[in-house]
Amino acid sequence: MTFSPQLEARFEKLLKSYPPGRQRSALVPMLLYAQDEVGSMTDELIDEVAQRVGVTPLQVNEVLSYYSMLHRKPMGKYHVQICTNISCLLNDGDKLWEHACKRLGIGNKEVTPDGQVSLEEVECMGACSWAPAIQVNYDFHHFITPEKLDQLLDSLTKKQ
Amino acid sequence: MLYNEPSPLETKVLSRRFGAPNSASIDTYLADQGYQAFRKAAGMKPEEIIEQVKISNLRGRGGAGFPTGMKWSFVPRTSPKPKYIVVNGDESEPGTCKDRVLIENDPHQLIEGVLIAGLAVDAHAGYVYIRGEYRYLIEVMEKAIGEAYAKGWLGKNIQGTGFDFDLYAHSGAGAYECGEESALLESLEGKRGIPRIRPPFPAVVGAFQCPTVLNNVETYCAVPAIIRDGGAAFAALGVPKAGGTKMTCLTGNINKPGVYELRLGFPVAQMIEEVGGGIPRGRRLKAMIPGGSSCPVLTAKECEGATMDYDSMSARKTMLGSGGVIVMDDQTCMVKALMRIIRFYAHESCGWCIPCREGTTWLRKILVRFHEGGGTRSDIDLIGDIGKNMLGRTFCPLGDAAAMPTISFVEKFREEFEDHLAGKPCPYEHADHGIEVLSLSR
Ligand SMILES: Cc1cc2nc3c(=O)[nH]c(=O)nc-3n(C[C@H](O)[C@H](O)[C@H](O)COP(=O)(O)O)c2cc1C
Ligand code: FES
Repeated sequence: MTFSPQLEARFEKLLKSYPPGRQRSALVPMLLYAQDEVGSMTDELIDEVAQRVGVTPLQVNEVLSYYSMLHRKPMGKYHVQICTNISCLLNDGDKLWEHACKRLGIGNKEVTPDGQVSLEEVECMGACSWAPAIQVNYDFHHFITPEKLDQLLDSLTKKQ
Repeated sequence: MLYNEPSPLETKVLSRRFGAPNSASIDTYLADQGYQAFRKAAGMKPEEIIEQVKISNLRGRGGAGFPTGMKWSFVPRTSPKPKYIVVNGDESEPGTCKDRVLIENDPHQLIEGVLIAGLAVDAHAGYVYIRGEYRYLIEVMEKAIGEAYAKGWLGKNIQGTGFDFDLYAHSGAGAYECGEESALLESLEGKRGIPRIRPPFPAVVGAFQCPTVLNNVETYCAVPAIIRDGGAAFAALGVPKAGGTKMTCLTGNINKPGVYELRLGFPVAQMIEEVGGGIPRGRRLKAMIPGGSSCPVLTAKECEGATMDYDSMSARKTMLGSGGVIVMDDQTCMVKALMRIIRFYAHESCGWCIPCREGTTWLRKILVRFHEGGGTRSDIDLIGDIGKNMLGRTFCPLGDAAAMPTISFVEKFREEFEDHLAGKPCPYEHADHGIEVLSLSR
């Protein structure tokens, strides 16, 4: 499997970051970075990463199923993650979630038919003082109202 | 970047460079006494460094509040094994968003704290474990690490002191449990974040089976000031048994939410009214969780006279925790609040031990049903009982983190649970919210 030169460089750096014989330590970050490029945890990707860090594909599977950011199914080009945890809830994060589901016509971890947008109801993302908060891929958006969410979705879907 | 206006009531020690142009760059740091504490520490004996940290009364800022100097003294300095410094930047306790601003605005302060810890325990390598969602902070951290190497503040023979240190940023991939110290170490070794049995504690057997200092981001960030100005000066900022300031996250129903650096012992009423600008829409305080959603809740009455420090909170049978303050106004449905908190712990339980895995799942199921109007009177005691049966009986404290809010919500707001028995969905929904939707029942 071939990766972009940036990802290759990152892997190389990661594999050198741990004590000798401890390449397995690179596994979790490697999976996340690889998923960002490939889109999801494909069988091919699992085999490749397993081989690079010196574990079996089964061990990789065991690890990836534990971490909530790693997924076997591809998400949309814009993965919209809405926090409904307590500090966001107190600022109507649940209403925001409901609004997003209605507007996009999809539910949790689903993707719009054109593959552009996916939704996930997530746990606290560390933006509690600027609630309700969402992340689109890795970008944080604070103090989001249903109107602001609409504008954001409009601008994302127009960009294509 | 700052996400909220600072407050004049803050005591800015860790956050003093926040808001300066390019506050994250090494040049800004060096221009403002940066790395001077490391220089000073390099001329001290390791025992002297640890002694200053002990004098400072610095207690761990990750939640448990363990005295940092004592923790460092447990590391067997003379062990032939390599030693490691691990930074806990997993920050996932609901209500907490302070490590994020510390790394974003002043990563070199963290690096300097780590270096001083390295000097204290004879460690020569460290890892900054950052939750996967904070991708941009990995970039901030890697840039800062790169700058530090380029200017000779990391690497071999740092500034001619003869001390070598390598530092790496390491990304998680979404798991609250990986904030628990032993689960974090498993994750750092490329495994599922399942906690380890202790003892041995990480100070003796930690990362890669070697002695390890593991502290929260904020804890390390306090160290340069302690060494620079002396432990006693830091101690004097706080209260008798806990020194310094606490990065405090005001969240929930509050007019000026934000992260503020307040001296330990800051009065709760002043924090809510003056720093936070009071409660929106003219409402009144119903309850407050002082340090992240795992801490027992306080009623408005219990908040009277309380101060933000370990002793005042433990006198009220709760904890200062991580500094994530969750303010709830008089329109908050406490059943719904508890249900959402428990949904989180059920989602995050690693599944390793039965009381936590089954306990959080039962609680979630009962509370969701209860909030939707399907509760019975006996459920109320059952909820409290499940919590009490989990408390202290789980493999790691995640079970306690779920049990403590559960027990306190039921005890202190029992009448609200009873009000849900009429068979219809939540009677407490905000009048201005319109109809209740059942999105939370997944
Ligand atoms: C379930 C669970 C989650 C935790 N999450 C974090 C966290 O995100 N960040 C943190 O610093 N400590 C967290 N802790 C506390 C750590 O186990 C550990 O006590 C702390 O990092 C030690 O650093 P300190 O002494 O500087 O506080 C968590 C503990 C538990 C039980
Ligand atoms: S509760 Fe939503 S970001 Fe913390």
